[in-house]
Amino acid sequence: MNTIELPNQSSWPMLRAMVGIGVVCAVLIVGVFQITAAPIAQNQAELLDQAIVSLFPAANNKRAYLATANAELNAQDAKQKTATPVYAVFDAQQQLLGFAIKAQGMGYQDTIQLLYGYAPEHEAIIGIKILSSRETPGLGDRIGKEKTFLKNFERLSVALTRDKGNIINRIESVKTGSKTQPWQIDSISGATISSRAVADILAASTAHWIPELAQQLERFEINNKRPSDE
Amino acid sequence: MNEHSLWSIFINASLINNFVLAYFLGICPFLGVSAKRHTASRMGLAVTFVMLISSLSAYGIHSLLELINAPYLQLISFIVVIGSTVQVVEILIKKFSPVLFRNLGIFLPLITTNCAILAVALFQTNRDYNLIQSLVFAVGAGLGFTLALSLMAGLREKLALTDTPALVQGTAITLMIAGILSLTFMGFAGLGT
Amino acid sequence: MSDRDSQPSPTDDFIKGLWRENPVFVQVLGMCPTLAVSNSAINALAMGMATCFVLVMSSVLVSSLRRIIPPQVRIASYILIIATFVTVVDYLLQAISLPLHQALGAFVSLIVVNCIILGRAEAFASRNTVTRSLLDGAGMGLGFAFGLLCLGGVRELLGSGSLFGLMLLPHSFERWTVMLLPSGGFFTLGVWLLVINGFKRRGTRTREVSA
Repeated sequence: MNTIELPNQSSWPMLRAMVGIGVVCAVLIVGVFQITAAPIAQNQAELLDQAIVSLFPAANNKRAYLATANAELNAQDAKQKTATPVYAVFDAQQQLLGFAIKAQGMGYQDTIQLLYGYAPEHEAIIGIKILSSRETPGLGDRIGKEKTFLKNFERLSVALTRDKGNIINRIESVKTGSKTQPWQIDSISGATISSRAVADILAASTAHWIPELAQQLERFEINNKRPSDE
Repeated sequence: MNEHSLWSIFINASLINNFVLAYFLGICPFLGVSAKRHTASRMGLAVTFVMLISSLSAYGIHSLLELINAPYLQLISFIVVIGSTVQVVEILIKKFSPVLFRNLGIFLPLITTNCAILAVALFQTNRDYNLIQSLVFAVGAGLGFTLALSLMAGLREKLALTDTPALVQGTAITLMIAGILSLTFMGFAGLGT
Repeated sequence: MSDRDSQPSPTDDFIKGLWRENPVFVQVLGMCPTLAVSNSAINALAMGMATCFVLVMSSVLVSSLRRIIPPQVRIASYILIIATFVTVVDYLLQAISLPLHQALGAFVSLIVVNCIILGRAEAFASRNTVTRSLLDGAGMGLGFAFGLLCLGGVRELLGSGSLFGLMLLPHSFERWTVMLLPSGGFFTLGVWLLVINGFKRRGTRTREVSA
């Protein structure tokens, strides 16, 4: 007879303890989240700003654009969660300098996330910046540090076909020291897989974005004259 | 935004970035349980099974948290939900298939706190895999784990018969072997891309 | 040995984690984060400190709640508490240094399933006073961080010739690339265990001789 009552007696303190701990934990988590939200957002914004300035030293103003389902580019609130944001970068005279585009893909260890600059007037990528990667320190992470490797991206051709529908030559990685064409990337010896991953990420992203941006280039220049943006 | 093919996800999770040998996940059972080949393969299958469940529930939780915009609850709900789901599944298996339970069941409670299980949930979320990709990833990771565990068990069965100096016996020599095994698995590196 | 069981001193609670029961070298626990992020000294240190923080905080909370938590649900409660502090440390790390957080990746979250933390909560904090649990947590945490640093330091020094990013070895030194790869983690830990085994055996042998 007692056995029926026993669980009732003992489950109340159990429940009370679990709920109590749950409440304490919830308060802790939410509190810390609230406190750290501002510095984290600031850190992220700073990191992005630095990356954009390193690609476009003359940058003065940037606007985020987000691709919608029908391949339109829409001006985007910076606070919104970003999937593949494209930043249109302007100089102090409100002249369009180019675009900074985020791209990501699988590296050797984990996802590599990078930002690359595209300058429409040169029909070329003018630089890359690794935003996050977990490539092996001293090996794979040279994709973000090695000067000779980064030199690959100072004028990496993404020239378009006449109808602006496709890139003529897809970006590709080649063996160390055998770069002959402006759309090729010299791999780092000892970090071939990471180098190839960067090339693949760029190739996939440029094939999608460059024709898109080139076709809609005027829109950014028209937008440009509107004084509504901050 | 990811265009990984299912095949490349599978190869990546099972061979190139083998959970045990490249990410060091699930090392505790790797060092502890891998003494017998038979146990190792069964343990591996149980892990694969739990990974599949956890991948499924993690996908559900992540979608739900996206919906109510509460990313800070991610970790805590992963742990709690995966833990309870495994428990429920354990009870169900015990009830409906005693044979399966005898083969896999004894490992289930052990596995819930295995880092490899949580890692499947975290990695698939970090990499924005969709449902199918997540499941393929989980199966790949689980089979890779099984492979590593069985290989190690085979080597350790051989090792038990050899004459090793007393100094290196135990964990030290196991780690050395794991290192060599990990080195061999690097040979798969060019495969996925 | 026997005096430890009868009357443990506060310093002993702290010291034992650092060396005699060092989580990395003696207990060989919590291996996943130990090996995965120990490819550079700075990563190892950050991971070690993060784990130490979680260990201390959860030890204190578990110990102060030890009379309230019913034994049936203790494991679930511990996991809940640990997961909370890991989430906290995750956000703190992001606020302090984003690049560091990115370098550690998902492994910060994986502190949750680090066996040391649950192990200490169950074996020590649930049975002892808050002060002693604090000391025990701090000792174990620092011991873990120290072990991680030993691994990370060796791997970075041999693998890229630097320590904390500071170039130490001349360029003529051929870098041991293997040290940076996953297998280097296994090798380095294996060798450390060998060294410690050797020391321990020498210790017991001299004790036998003197006895």
